[in-house]
Amino acid sequence: MEITSSNVRQWSRLGSRGVFGQAILSLAATKQDLMVLSADLGNSSGLDRFKNAYPNKFINVGIAEQNMIGVAAGLAKGGFVVFATSFAPFISMRSSEQIRMNLGYMNLNVKAVAIGSGVSMAFLGVSHYGIEDVAIMRAIPNLVVVSPADCAEIVKTVYAAAAYDGPMYIRLTGAANNPPVYKEDYNFELGKAITLREGSDVTIIASGTMVYESLEAAKTLDEKGISSTVVNMHTIKPLDASVIDKAVSSSKLIVTVEEHSVIGGLGSAVAEYKASLAGAPPQLIIGLPDIYGKAGDYRYLLEKYGLTGPQITQKIMVNLNPR
Amino acid sequence: MDYQRIDDMTKRMRRKILDIAHSCNVNAHLGGGLSMVEITATLYGAVLKYDINNPYWDERDRFILSKGHGCLGYYSALFEAGIISDEVISAFQTNESDLIAHPVMNISLGIESSNGSLGQGLSMAVGLAIAAKKKSMKHKVYVLLGNGECNEGAVWEAIISAAHFKLDNLTAIVDDNGMQSDGKSETIMNYGNSSDKWKCFGWNVLSVDGHDIAQLYDAFTGHEVENKPKVIIAHTIKGRGVSFMENNNEWHHNRLTKTHYEKALQEIGEI
Repeated sequence: MEITSSNVRQWSRLGSRGVFGQAILSLAATKQDLMVLSADLGNSSGLDRFKNAYPNKFINVGIAEQNMIGVAAGLAKGGFVVFATSFAPFISMRSSEQIRMNLGYMNLNVKAVAIGSGVSMAFLGVSHYGIEDVAIMRAIPNLVVVSPADCAEIVKTVYAAAAYDGPMYIRLTGAANNPPVYKEDYNFELGKAITLREGSDVTIIASGTMVYESLEAAKTLDEKGISSTVVNMHTIKPLDASVIDKAVSSSKLIVTVEEHSVIGGLGSAVAEYKASLAGAPPQLIIGLPDIYGKAGDYRYLLEKYGLTGPQITQKIMVNLNPR
Repeated sequence: MDYQRIDDMTKRMRRKILDIAHSCNVNAHLGGGLSMVEITATLYGAVLKYDINNPYWDERDRFILSKGHGCLGYYSALFEAGIISDEVISAFQTNESDLIAHPVMNISLGIESSNGSLGQGLSMAVGLAIAAKKKSMKHKVYVLLGNGECNEGAVWEAIISAAHFKLDNLTAIVDDNGMQSDGKSETIMNYGNSSDKWKCFGWNVLSVDGHDIAQLYDAFTGHEVENKPKVIIAHTIKGRGVSFMENNNEWHHNRLTKTHYEKALQEIGEI
């Protein structure tokens, strides 16, 4: 799957689930030992074309996420590369102990894929949002936790996951009409953050959908005379500490932005590393508040929680120039 | 089939269980370990295919101890089978040991999976059985559960899926000793007739005396039904073989003192 301008336009319209399904479909053509599991959300996970094309590589375990993870583990032990999929809270929380035992403790080669994490489930409500998933998954030893920035990076992540022999939690954020960060091919490596622009005043470290919003924020900060670095920390665990080291020595402020609770996510991961560094600048943690709020459409929710480019700019301005 | 050979094996296993439970000098899960000895002895002595010189052999039968706390009845079988050494088993529940109160995945020691969190082994066994079928491999998958463990809802998710996927290469065994951590299962969480439940979930159900090697061997080696997973409900006695431990939940997890150890050994008798 090539990253071309026409593909990027098409993927952006499709959104994260559709592109995940396309990436799996494309992967299946070359990956003999692939197995994809769903807990009765195959169509909602963008897997309809895949399951029709490769019925032997698809297993629907019914509405039983805990069993799905165990079955995935057995298949992984049997030599398959397994992607187990469900909506974010169901896979990360309903089956979190199965993930702990099978992917964590036994280090089995299963990729747990969280569809529609963050607040993209909109009117489906908090029951379907992924607000706490990074906090939980990040605390489990052996798991690699990845949150792709856009649809192109979802494709990159799916291929990298298939090539990586170990357990992962892949967190898909964003809805249809997902704005692209990447419009041409680039180098993607698990565990290696990508600096998208460099500036001297502020370093913004973001993951998932918030990478695009952070780039938007950086543009308006520029207009206000504030120069910022933007880092795509697609792999939240293991964290690429080198970009934090650099930010600590060069920036007046470090900002983390994520479509996840301010507790336990990317902001916490950066803060944990930064805590022991002498002379580190302060950190502004931008994310979802620690509440279960009322539902709304996706864009409305991002605005309500201050996660759009202009709002990120505003928060950074206030932090740099407190009244 | 030489049942006496397996019977002798169970005696040595019980003796080994007492030896290591005593020498570790901390609490050990004796009751649920002793109830499953005939099951694992029959499996490792006469049923399972494995190669002690190549524990990674692709075509080995897979055994999962879902009731992970029963590991005394598992390690002693692996020792009898010649898969784990005296040195390894003698380090049971000592610092940094490979053999603790619940199995830790270690293929070189014949341990297929990490368990201890109840209700998870059958799901993995379902995945292993599907994998074998997908790869047209002939080995079989065995998983041992406890009756108390079947309180876990996820067990029933796995039961449903094994029947749905027609896994006739999968055999589950329930070590049904009628007890669990806090006491008698019928008072703690009574789920009625176990055989009827598995049957109505689509399994091929056999019910045996779990201390009768001939019955166990017969259940393991025959009675196949095409497209159906098999479950053997093995009626057992918790703490079997040591009178003061039998049906006595004080021995679910307890320290085996010198006095109790010597008394228990006498009951096992000479081998």
